[in-house]
Amino acid sequence: MIPGSFEYFAPTALDEALSLLQEHGDDAKVLAGGHSLIPTMKLRLAEPAVIIDIGRIGGLKGISESDGKLVIGALTTHHELESSDLVQQKVPLLAQTAAEIGDVQVRNKGTIGGSLAHADPAADWPAAILALDADLQIAGPNGERSVKATDFFQGLYETDLGDDEILTAIHVSIPDANTKGTYLKLHQVASGFALTGVAVVLTKSGDTCQSVAVGITGVSDAPYRASAVESELTGAALDAENIAAAAERSVDGIDALEDIHASQAYRQNLAKVYTRRAIESAAS
Amino acid sequence: MATIAAPTRMVGAPIKRREDPRLIQGLSHYVDDIRLVGTLHCAFLRSDYAHAAINSIDTSAAKELPGVVTVITAEDLGEVGDIPCGAEIPDLKVPGHPALAVGRVRFVGEAVAAVVATDAYIARDALDLIEVDYEELPAVTNLDKAVEADSPLIYDDFGDNIGFTMPLEAGDVDAAFAEADHVVSQRFVNQRLIPNAMETRGVLAEYLPGEGTLTVWSSTQVPHILKTQLALIANVPEQKVRVIAPEVGGGFGSKLNVYPEEVVVSHLAIQLRKPVKWTEKRTENFTTTIHGRDQVNYVDVAVNNDGTITGIRAKILADLGASYQLLTPLIPTLTNLMIVGCYKIPNVQIELVGVLTNKMATDAYRGAGRPEATYIIERMVDLAAAQVGMDAKDIRFKNFPQPDEFPLEIPTGIIYDSGNYQESFNKALGIVDYDSLRNQQVQLRQQGRYLGIGISTYAEICGMGPSIAMPAGGWESSTVRVEPTGKITVLTGVSPHGQGQETTFAQMIADEFGVDIDDVAVIHGDTGRQPYGIGTFGSRATAVGGTAMVIAAGQVKEKMAKFAAHLMEANPDDLVFEEGSILVEGSPDQAVDFVAVALEAHVAKNLPPDTTPGLEATHFFEPSNFTYPFGAHIAVVEVDTDTGEIDIQRYVCVDDIGNIINPLLVAGQVHGGIAQGLGQALYEGAVYDESGQLLTGSFMDYAVPKATQMPHFETDHTVTPSPVNPMGVKGVGEAGTIGSTPCMVNAVVDALSPFGVKDIEMPLTPNRVWQAIQDAKG
Repeated sequence: MIPGSFEYFAPTALDEALSLLQEHGDDAKVLAGGHSLIPTMKLRLAEPAVIIDIGRIGGLKGISESDGKLVIGALTTHHELESSDLVQQKVPLLAQTAAEIGDVQVRNKGTIGGSLAHADPAADWPAAILALDADLQIAGPNGERSVKATDFFQGLYETDLGDDEILTAIHVSIPDANTKGTYLKLHQVASGFALTGVAVVLTKSGDTCQSVAVGITGVSDAPYRASAVESELTGAALDAENIAAAAERSVDGIDALEDIHASQAYRQNLAKVYTRRAIESAAS
Repeated sequence: MATIAAPTRMVGAPIKRREDPRLIQGLSHYVDDIRLVGTLHCAFLRSDYAHAAINSIDTSAAKELPGVVTVITAEDLGEVGDIPCGAEIPDLKVPGHPALAVGRVRFVGEAVAAVVATDAYIARDALDLIEVDYEELPAVTNLDKAVEADSPLIYDDFGDNIGFTMPLEAGDVDAAFAEADHVVSQRFVNQRLIPNAMETRGVLAEYLPGEGTLTVWSSTQVPHILKTQLALIANVPEQKVRVIAPEVGGGFGSKLNVYPEEVVVSHLAIQLRKPVKWTEKRTENFTTTIHGRDQVNYVDVAVNNDGTITGIRAKILADLGASYQLLTPLIPTLTNLMIVGCYKIPNVQIELVGVLTNKMATDAYRGAGRPEATYIIERMVDLAAAQVGMDAKDIRFKNFPQPDEFPLEIPTGIIYDSGNYQESFNKALGIVDYDSLRNQQVQLRQQGRYLGIGISTYAEICGMGPSIAMPAGGWESSTVRVEPTGKITVLTGVSPHGQGQETTFAQMIADEFGVDIDDVAVIHGDTGRQPYGIGTFGSRATAVGGTAMVIAAGQVKEKMAKFAAHLMEANPDDLVFEEGSILVEGSPDQAVDFVAVALEAHVAKNLPPDTTPGLEATHFFEPSNFTYPFGAHIAVVEVDTDTGEIDIQRYVCVDDIGNIINPLLVAGQVHGGIAQGLGQALYEGAVYDESGQLLTGSFMDYAVPKATQMPHFETDHTVTPSPVNPMGVKGVGEAGTIGSTPCMVNAVVDALSPFGVKDIEMPLTPNRVWQAIQDAKG
């Protein structure tokens, strides 16, 4: 558990970090909370020559409300999201998701931005971020840009984030009073990651589903929006039968993973059961 | 006058561990915490292949890395001997076991070369510069296939991959099966487990050339055995070797061993004449510290309509791994011995086959062979009950021996010392209110909910000794010394590494001498200080080591009473030790201060005639038999049949471990034991792929039980003292592990019995439970 040697930079300004990234390119890795990167370095699965620790850059941390949105700094820890009154009032789904991540030590150090940028296929945040249709703010050599969550996740540990870019913030629209969110997860018992995690954001109009967004993690090599479920349920009455029928479509077009922890068939089953239960919970 | 006071009896009191404050505050010293000036750091290059020929090893680039002191391979070990195996089994094939691989590697993680550098980082970097030319060979990883005639061979000259076969036959098995109303058959896999002590292994060795002494600090359960073996292997006269087991952070059997790293680091310290340290990385702990369990069992039982089990037949394939560690082949033989569990089954036939595979060696892991036996019999009893349409409770009572039948010789040739299986089982049934639970189960099933009630009644072997039944020494030693100031030093040959004997032994001594527990120190784990001992394993420390101590204490008391009697002009036989005084029983006026007698014994100016100064005795105790704890575990679970998730609603156990020294520590042992047993039932399992790569090589993929997953444990006891030691204790280190694994599996299978599920292979992951339901549904 001894990493290889590396050069360490701790810039205090975003520009400085970006120019270090420019300079070192592929050799560099950005360090946030360190809970994905450092274990892989200790195992020497990753041996970056340069570490750019963005922890001392001001302005990348914290949660605020602005123009009907929650603005979450990329360096905000899982624990801060779990325990924030603002989050619990405005977007409780985020707090609920944070509480399901790892253990206390991981939540105290790990960051939402680090998790999203790493894009572990079984991480919890992507499900919620997808279901909330969040916007990810990215800084690069050409300035800032914003990308939709649905466009951000591209595959196994692959995102839209360029080698010379840094994820700076996550913008989440604050849902209205008729909208409820739920995150349900089966933990992979060793790692605590999601064997399956389903986030649902559902807006009711009476007993009818006005709109629904379903984000699923852990099932495929990238988190996804279960669009077949969403179209099946939108406009339908929120009864047990309709919910179950819609949930059956949660792996439509999805190539479910198989590994030592779960077979493909089991993951498909989990996606359906957890989707059904998450919708039932959000609709109740 | 008296500064010492012990107002109440300590034995039986639930006092907190005296070890804990230093542990909790980080003030203790594990091997890695010990710093010697000029220490060099060692790292091992390990095989990435499960089976490969080594064509060549090029260490030249590694040697050139600045800071590297030396790089060695097997050919640099000179006269260093093989890693020892203490097992004696007829016709056992014993492969050579060099400390560094010679010519061939046989499991992933096998040490191939060792680097010594000025710091641990350089040592690690240098490993990447060693070039080994391997030629990969077919790996043997599957137990059933390993014994087939066309399997690739791990040792060419053995002709097959069978290390040994051990048949065991008692009674007339063929007749029992021919005459039985039913024969129930099942294949079980008792999966391979990785012990994962919280502290990984570590070794620090220092050789002083002037004195010719080798001192080795090692995270071990057996410092004395290690001392003798290092003397023999590393060629240092034993009187010049000292082994110290400082604070040891758990072992569970995995540190009951002599490992290649202990030998290589000692050898390097001698060669380099500088202290050399190696601290095992967690990834190394996963691949190269011994594993546990790993058996495939083919079992039949003969059962009559009234539930009487008349015979058991088993073929046991035990995975030994690629080489033998200290006790590797012996562990599955304990499964043979305990196969009838707590039942009277007169006819037994077992064929045990020890199988070599391209994996890490198996060896003792908490329970060591007994959990496997208990799993076999407790699962089979449930299957037999289902076959004859009997309740799982009733079939157990039907086959228990009666309390007046003890000591009870069982067909496998051992004698159960004492027991009352009905009492502990009845108590557990009462705690859960078994009959109403069964009613509740029926009602819930009507609502489509699946409650399961699992039972395990077990007997096991503890108090490892006598010597005739052990590989080397079934006794234990202790020295008890009353110092001139009246403080008491206890030296024990056992080597606690989490069990808490600094507390329990002090409780016993405080009562013996009538002194305050804070005036007693229990010292262990240093061969330079203690008399020779055997070590801590097999739940033996209190039953064997504690007895040695109590007898030695009695000898000191006898002498001390003579001195006190001389001072008081009393009869030594009339004296008692109470509250810091030695007094004539029934005459509190006739008393002398304990401390004053201690001082007098050392000043030695006024001793009775024909006595020698000093207050110290050493005793070596060997028990006449093992002890056999027993008990009953009951689990209540509900299974989510949509997902296979298991909700543990209650966990009750009533253990009978004989007399109890400290109920708090007993509870700790039971809780930890159950957690590890449930770990096997629900979460844990080492997975090697077909090429012999360990897929569960980290905590990301290998699930040890976590506190948040455990239910509330409802524990209770019955007390049936053991007759084989004067304290009537049995041992509790492994009981929880042994009883709990089949209990949980029985509960889940019981829950799913409406689907026709008869067995699920461990660990019962949600995936496997769900799949079992799907398979049963067809």
